[in-house]
Amino acid sequence: MLIEADVCERVLANALTRGGEFAEVFVEDRRSSSARYDDGRVEELTSGRDRGAGIRVIVGDTTGFAHTADLTERGLLEAGAAAAAAARGADGGQRVVATRLVDRQISRADDSFVILPETVDKSRKIELLQRADTSAREVSGAIRSVSASYADSHRRIQVANSDGLSTSDDQVRTRFMVQCVANGDTGMQTGMEAPGRGMGFEFFDDFDVESIARTAATRAVTLLDAVPAPSGQMQVVLKRGAGGVLFHEACGHGLEADLVHRDASVFKDRIGTQVASPLVTVIDDGTYAREWGTFAVDDEGQRAQRNVLIENGILTDYMWDLVRARKQERRSSGNGRRETYRNLPMVRMTNTFLGVGDTDPDAIIRDTEYGIYCVQLGGGQVDTATGDFVFGVTEGYLIEHGEITRPIRAAQLVGNGPQSMTLVDAVGNDFETWTGTCGKSGQGVPVSAGQPTLRVARMTVGGTAS
Amino acid sequence: MTGVPQSSAPHVVAPELLALCQRVAGQAAGTEQVEAYALRGRETDIDVFDGSIESLSVAGSSGIGIRVVNNGRQGFAWAGSLDDDVVADTLAEARDNAKFAEPDEHNGLIDQATADERVRPQLSLWDDRLDAVDLDTKIDFVLQLDARVRNSDPRIRNVESTSYGDGLLESALASSLGIAATNRRTIASASSVAIAGDSDDTQTGYGFSVARTFEDLDDDAILAMAVERSTRLLGARQPVGQRIAVMFDPMVSASFLGVLSAAFNGEAMLKGRSLFCDRVGEQVAASLVQLADDPTDPRSLGAAPYDGEGVACRVNQLIVDGVLQGFLHNGYTARRANTVTTGSAVRGGYRSTPGVGVRSLRMVPGPHNPFEMTADRGEVLYVQAVHGLHSGTNPISGDFSVGAEGIMVRNGEYQEPVREITIASTVPKMLHAISAVGNDVTYLPSGTIGTSLLIDEMTMSGS
Repeated sequence: MLIEADVCERVLANALTRGGEFAEVFVEDRRSSSARYDDGRVEELTSGRDRGAGIRVIVGDTTGFAHTADLTERGLLEAGAAAAAAARGADGGQRVVATRLVDRQISRADDSFVILPETVDKSRKIELLQRADTSAREVSGAIRSVSASYADSHRRIQVANSDGLSTSDDQVRTRFMVQCVANGDTGMQTGMEAPGRGMGFEFFDDFDVESIARTAATRAVTLLDAVPAPSGQMQVVLKRGAGGVLFHEACGHGLEADLVHRDASVFKDRIGTQVASPLVTVIDDGTYAREWGTFAVDDEGQRAQRNVLIENGILTDYMWDLVRARKQERRSSGNGRRETYRNLPMVRMTNTFLGVGDTDPDAIIRDTEYGIYCVQLGGGQVDTATGDFVFGVTEGYLIEHGEITRPIRAAQLVGNGPQSMTLVDAVGNDFETWTGTCGKSGQGVPVSAGQPTLRVARMTVGGTAS
Repeated sequence: MTGVPQSSAPHVVAPELLALCQRVAGQAAGTEQVEAYALRGRETDIDVFDGSIESLSVAGSSGIGIRVVNNGRQGFAWAGSLDDDVVADTLAEARDNAKFAEPDEHNGLIDQATADERVRPQLSLWDDRLDAVDLDTKIDFVLQLDARVRNSDPRIRNVESTSYGDGLLESALASSLGIAATNRRTIASASSVAIAGDSDDTQTGYGFSVARTFEDLDDDAILAMAVERSTRLLGARQPVGQRIAVMFDPMVSASFLGVLSAAFNGEAMLKGRSLFCDRVGEQVAASLVQLADDPTDPRSLGAAPYDGEGVACRVNQLIVDGVLQGFLHNGYTARRANTVTTGSAVRGGYRSTPGVGVRSLRMVPGPHNPFEMTADRGEVLYVQAVHGLHSGTNPISGDFSVGAEGIMVRNGEYQEPVREITIASTVPKMLHAISAVGNDVTYLPSGTIGTSLLIDEMTMSGS
């Protein structure tokens, strides 16, 4: 426990003295470290430490919030009083809060295998970077520069609220990134690969830095021979792992209960209806072992869950945080997350993926007359109110007569989320995930997205070919 | 409504922050150089949804970043606290990190003599009035703004959100080489996102206003902007793809300049990652293009008296008559490029070492307003917003391909709105194809100063 239970109880009771039906203390202690390699040398190591508490008080539809880096009882009481400003005009009153101590949680079932990053010698971390540089340069003489970075974080959280909840979690994450620039007749091209997991230093038992580096370098070199992407509507095949982010953006956000409530979702009032092709099942799973978006309890102290959102094309449920769930008199789905103790939690995705189908991925390509094959997307953007999205393709190829022919450059996928979901006409029996940071209202949280190889029958591709 | 306390956190003024930084820097031993940068801020954020306050946040925050350079090795550590024990740990961690980095002879802090070569501009970035505005006044303002947007036009069916935010921010920088500087600034902003149309045809429109104090926020402008931008796209359809002249609105222009800004970065140039490597003195844009980074204009949200290393900010000319003038540098990149710093060290708060960057890009405005710019043209795509900038643009290769929405303009007449399109070209081609710069000037929250831009040809994809 970062803060003793009796201190939490007094802070919660004090925060509710002016009225209000709910109060919460969220405490966070995060250590992070990173190392950056660029231009043939280890440029810099950085260490960070962030520790503090955010306190909120809910009065009707209004949330009052304050945060502090001062974790003494006095500091917490002061922050609680500031958060209680939201209760102005309320009747006021006393309320006694007793928190029940819940067992300490760990984000990994087999936590005994976690090698905490702060226990690993810094020289071992930087040695990984040097190996990545060597491997990337071995791919081709065209590689002009290699930058690599290592990053880890160890985040401990504690949540106590006036409903009597008291819980904590320990979250460890590790990520490795390699970016390469290749130079050729067509100018400079870049390639990137950046896997991350909810793991400690044992991440590097599963992920080989040489192969991460080779993937990034090969991507940059491949683009040197790429032709400008075509424009217009065509079939789009998304390789396993590549398209998860597209469905995260174009569909996932619209399934967040706060956006639905805000009338900013195309999926409003659609529960029980067909919103996607019968081949499509969408799941958000905060319990997915060792994934980047995994935790034991969310940032409101609610247990992570595996939530089926769309089943065989039928919309089954939205994702919920505690506040929205309380208003609807239902349970949170374990999707209340925040970037740091300085932020209010809101509905966020965890690990969001499309369920596997039964088609051989090679057969999907063979069956495609003309289109593009996307191997990596570079992130994107969506207007959740309309479902319109746009995505950059950072590694893609032309498909002609069932064959992957030439690499393409500068392609954008443009479309409408719900429409694309109905146009999925083939789903493979393979699967992979993608690691990313999801941004919403200025807060970034770690998420993963995954999917089998699949095809969308029609999507607008915006390229530069004349 | 009753008055409530703004914040009970003690208010540390900049001289005390400076004293803290100087105590840290004073611990430099032997060949070691130590630099400390500390921040303290008080912030208020109010979000309105459905006509009532959804969240109200009042908080103070602070932090410190410490850089240590020893025999060419650089280490860094930060912490979100100014407590003595945390600051001591942070210095120890930065020292330890320096041991593991590989040496680079160009690493080092700016010395006082270099910093003294130019006088820091006197900028008024702090408005005392903001500190005196009570919370209830802010709450009333944002509630009224929300109600006005909601009731402004029958086509507005809802308001996605209306928000108010302000901050009083103070910082100090000190180093063992004699740098000592403090700065403080205030900022207030308000915005509203209107939702227009019905469930078959929904469009959203964003309106904002930013200023140094609450009193200078323009709620009429927010209202007009949110309504215009949401309603004028109603009925948008996907057009047929073609090559077409494109007009960027000031916010889109600013996004384009944001992508371009990476090409002026001295670090990118040294590492071979700039479009403009080896091109100083060459024609890189149409001859009417005049581009500068000007952090000395106090109206810009990017204005600053000194950079992330304590060097005076100044106007840096980047493109004059279409000709590339040079690159931006901090101390490290200047030493490596055998030149002098341009006062362009930028910090992303206290959590990182100073990199190189722009603060306040601006183009010199042209003679005509946006309507006049398109009057004698045939068909022009007026672009109101672009999407997917971070994935669709590549400042190294120069590829530029983004999602967009806007309105078709024919002979100066605004006609049908369009959506679900991409516009694509490359940054170098776009620079050469600029045929007019508007006389409209918009100070944006990013610090960039936007003006309308007419680009002769891009590829518009559609059906």
